[in-house]
Amino acid sequence: MKLMPCPLNGPRNITEFIYGGPVVAEPDQNACTDREWTDFLFMEPGHAGVAREWWCHAATAYWFIAERDMVSDEIIRTYPAAELFADRKGDP
Amino acid sequence: MSARLPDPAGALIDRGRPIAFTFEGRDYPGYEGDTLASALWANEVRTLSRSFKYHRRRGVLTMAGQDANTLVQVGPSPNVPADRLALSPGLAASAVNTWGGVERDLWSVIGRLGRFLPAGFYYKSFFRPRWAWPLWEPVLRRVAGLGRVDTGAAHGDYDKQYMFADVAVIGAGPAGLAAADAAAAAGAEVVLIDENARLGGSLDYARVSGDVRARLVDAVAAQPAITVMTDTTCNGCFADNWLALIHGNRMIKLRAKAIVLASGSMEQPVVFRDNDLPGIMLGTAAQRLIRLYGVRPGRRAVVLCANGDGYGVALDLIEAGVTVACVADLRDAPGADARMEEVRARGVPLRPGATVREAVAGRDGTLSGALVAQVTGRGICAAPGERFECDLIAMSAGYMPTGALACHAGGRMVYDDTCHTFRVADAPHGMTLAGSVAGVHDLDAVVADGRAAGARAAGGDGGPAREPDDAGLNHPWPIFSHAGGHDFVDFDEDLQVKDIRDAVAEGYDHIELAKRFSTATMGPSQGRHSLLPTARLVAEATMGEVGATTARPPFAAETFGHLAGRAFEPVRRTAMHARHVEAGARMMPAGMWMRPAYYRPKHRREACIVEEVAAVRENVGLIDVSTLGGIEIRGPDAAEFMNRVYTFAYLKQPVGRGRYVLMTDRTGVIIDDGVACRFAEDHFYVTATTSGVDAVYRAMLWHNAQWRLAVDVTHVSAAYAAVNIAGPESRGVLAPLCADVDISAEAFPYMGVREGRVAGIPARLLRVGFVGELGFEIHVPAHAGEALWDALMEAGRGRGIRPFGVEAQRLLRLEKGHIIIGQDTDGLTHPLEADMAWAISRKKPYFVGKRAIALHEKVGLTRKMVGFEIGDAASLPEECHLVVRGAEITGRVTSAATSPTLGRVIGLAYVAPDQSEIGNTFTVKIAGGKLVEARVVKLPFYDPDGRRQEM
Repeated sequence: MKLMPCPLNGPRNITEFIYGGPVVAEPDQNACTDREWTDFLFMEPGHAGVAREWWCHAATAYWFIAERDMVSDEIIRTYPAAELFADRKGDP
Repeated sequence: MSARLPDPAGALIDRGRPIAFTFEGRDYPGYEGDTLASALWANEVRTLSRSFKYHRRRGVLTMAGQDANTLVQVGPSPNVPADRLALSPGLAASAVNTWGGVERDLWSVIGRLGRFLPAGFYYKSFFRPRWAWPLWEPVLRRVAGLGRVDTGAAHGDYDKQYMFADVAVIGAGPAGLAAADAAAAAGAEVVLIDENARLGGSLDYARVSGDVRARLVDAVAAQPAITVMTDTTCNGCFADNWLALIHGNRMIKLRAKAIVLASGSMEQPVVFRDNDLPGIMLGTAAQRLIRLYGVRPGRRAVVLCANGDGYGVALDLIEAGVTVACVADLRDAPGADARMEEVRARGVPLRPGATVREAVAGRDGTLSGALVAQVTGRGICAAPGERFECDLIAMSAGYMPTGALACHAGGRMVYDDTCHTFRVADAPHGMTLAGSVAGVHDLDAVVADGRAAGARAAGGDGGPAREPDDAGLNHPWPIFSHAGGHDFVDFDEDLQVKDIRDAVAEGYDHIELAKRFSTATMGPSQGRHSLLPTARLVAEATMGEVGATTARPPFAAETFGHLAGRAFEPVRRTAMHARHVEAGARMMPAGMWMRPAYYRPKHRREACIVEEVAAVRENVGLIDVSTLGGIEIRGPDAAEFMNRVYTFAYLKQPVGRGRYVLMTDRTGVIIDDGVACRFAEDHFYVTATTSGVDAVYRAMLWHNAQWRLAVDVTHVSAAYAAVNIAGPESRGVLAPLCADVDISAEAFPYMGVREGRVAGIPARLLRVGFVGELGFEIHVPAHAGEALWDALMEAGRGRGIRPFGVEAQRLLRLEKGHIIIGQDTDGLTHPLEADMAWAISRKKPYFVGKRAIALHEKVGLTRKMVGFEIGDAASLPEECHLVVRGAEITGRVTSAATSPTLGRVIGLAYVAPDQSEIGNTFTVKIAGGKLVEARVVKLPFYDPDGRRQEM
């Protein structure tokens, strides 16, 4: 079974984690086109390269970000979400 | 008759402990330490099973549990390898796959029809004409297949264990023993795993001089950091060094920081006519019989070899009292080898450049002779050959690395054209190969290689791995096909040379395709002896490279019991669980929880539920709602956070008031609902559905990982026990218990929330219309749940308070038209089609799902949820019965029940938008295909103005 190096809990079995989808910037709901919004909802990146993904350690409900090679399935790096989302997000 | 050798032969057997057992109904003697196969061979029982397809006699091939020739039935257990099955007193085994016993198997007639049963015959036969298959199927199922499954077998006790190690060493032969010792010496915690009962691997049975085994085993025993696991098979190697070990009835999941794979190699058979007769075995099998079990493998032997090890086998046989009639060496010019000179000196006829062309069966169907012929070209030999009488042919023509575990985790088998063997390539990160699995065969080199690998796995400096030294061990083409066939490539599936060639000729011109068409390598032994010849034959026929099939777990057979482990289904119980049981409640699972379905006798189920509903509507009822989810949201941004995660508006929600919450996801689909209680400007307490709260909590945290609002979100479901006391008399019951909270209608209006004490217990009180009557939801610390329950039951005794269960709750809530998330909604339901537009605040700049709901609005509805009634009380639809309009399906029923309060059938259903007008009728197809007319009515069904809950 794969190990996930959780930034909070250290290496744990992958079954303790929940995949949360790719990290994608959310378009402005009130300003974007219908197409931009539906693409955001339903089009997932499928490139052969490094993906940036949300993962949650279920037992501690801790969300973090993992960078994973989608070809080799190697987890390259994990880090707290605060590294990408540092500031309070006001109303769009 | 006994083939038992005198002491000291037989390292594993204890001659002081005889054991009686039966095989095929006959009694035999054996010894403690024997396997079933060794004991039978000692009794000169040579036919242990019948083959899968042609029902040919089969005997010992490997003595290592690596072949399918020795599969037997033991009680309810089918297909147990007899050469791994320890003899035990009273053991009763029988051969598999026979009709009338292994000696006179009536199905063996099929063997004579062999030429009509080529590879893939069942793909081509039997399926045409179609009506014939049902006639063939029972016959084929009876003829094919191995052991019998006993569906009445008793449950076994299986369990699972987790282990951790710095270094896992798989295989306790010379390489593994040395590796374990070196790894432990370098400071690692080591687990040493071997499938055999005894440490030593090949040192236990091969012709080894000196005391290498004793030295290595003693060194391992002296290392306290080594955990030795014998009788343990490593059945799978998965990502990040996760190993599945099978030991008895236990599966052990071992996580290692590093793995040393010292699984050795498997000797390979030679292909010639009738090479499957009982008495034809690998050289190592003969050595195992002699050294491990003290059994003489035969009386008169022909040794067929292609390397020096075969001469070692010949010497072992001679020393065990076997007459070696001849050594046929496939090589024209064997190099200098001391063992060969010794065999020559013993006067054994040597035939260099020769092979066994054909084995000859005696009257009893087992081996009685060999035709030894000169090899005249690749795979060709001269006819007719020189006849030697023999009851044993020992084959030593090369090895195959036991690399399956490396392949499980991403490694590959690659053919080495120079040494004519497979090599493991791309072994997974963290795994080191050592010993003959890595092509290192010289014993000193193997020990040194193991030592280096062990030290490196432990993070030390072990020096470089040894280079493969197996040039000259494997013959390039030990395949001598015969016009008459019976030249078996795969013993498991009775596949002959022509079957493989035919498969390629049919167009299956890749090893993976030829495998699937012919079934070569797909039998119980998983290609351990058939992959090499199959791969060579496919490569020859396609003039391509020698490719390997893909090895997948498990390495050896494992039972469903191993996979299932113990039955373990934990449930959660509320603080009041004991009270429900005492009151005679029928408990039912609700998500992870147990909840009362209804109270008192089972045979009065319907009546109990109706009585409970009536108690709530007319008097007072009490229900345990501790399973509701609870989430605390605190902080300066609490209201802003609520405003974003739920569809309603919360910025201006007054302190002391509750408000309905509806959660949608980014696609606008309803995912949860509940009530938000505002206890302070910066403090909300939100309820969530029992099964949804975990996901809701996770979603909240995920959103705020991005929003970074100043809030604390805490999951407190388990911290609170809760009840709902409902009914016209509920205020009267509750009031005397509330010293510091005024619960009068004026002071505590509908949808108010309060904090205070109930029966002296700190509590949160919510005036919600849970079941549509005057009612109070009371949340208290979980430890006080039972005390609260007792206090309320006691206070309500004079008024006839009655506990009610989930069944009554569902009826009561359906009467009020409340939807159940997940039952009345599905993975596509958005608020507009659920008629919940009222729960959406359109003025808010942002909430999760806002844009998607707007898009749904723009596109228009494709279905609409409505309340319906059915006049005919006998026509009660079930959930998921279809709403139909002619041939068209326009929707489905999501909830339906006969309302005790209203006395008619009510329910919720999705219908087409044009069917959703109040008063419209639609058709439901109920059980038995009956079409029933339903009428759309306004929701709620009961007390439409909500007067009763606002009393």
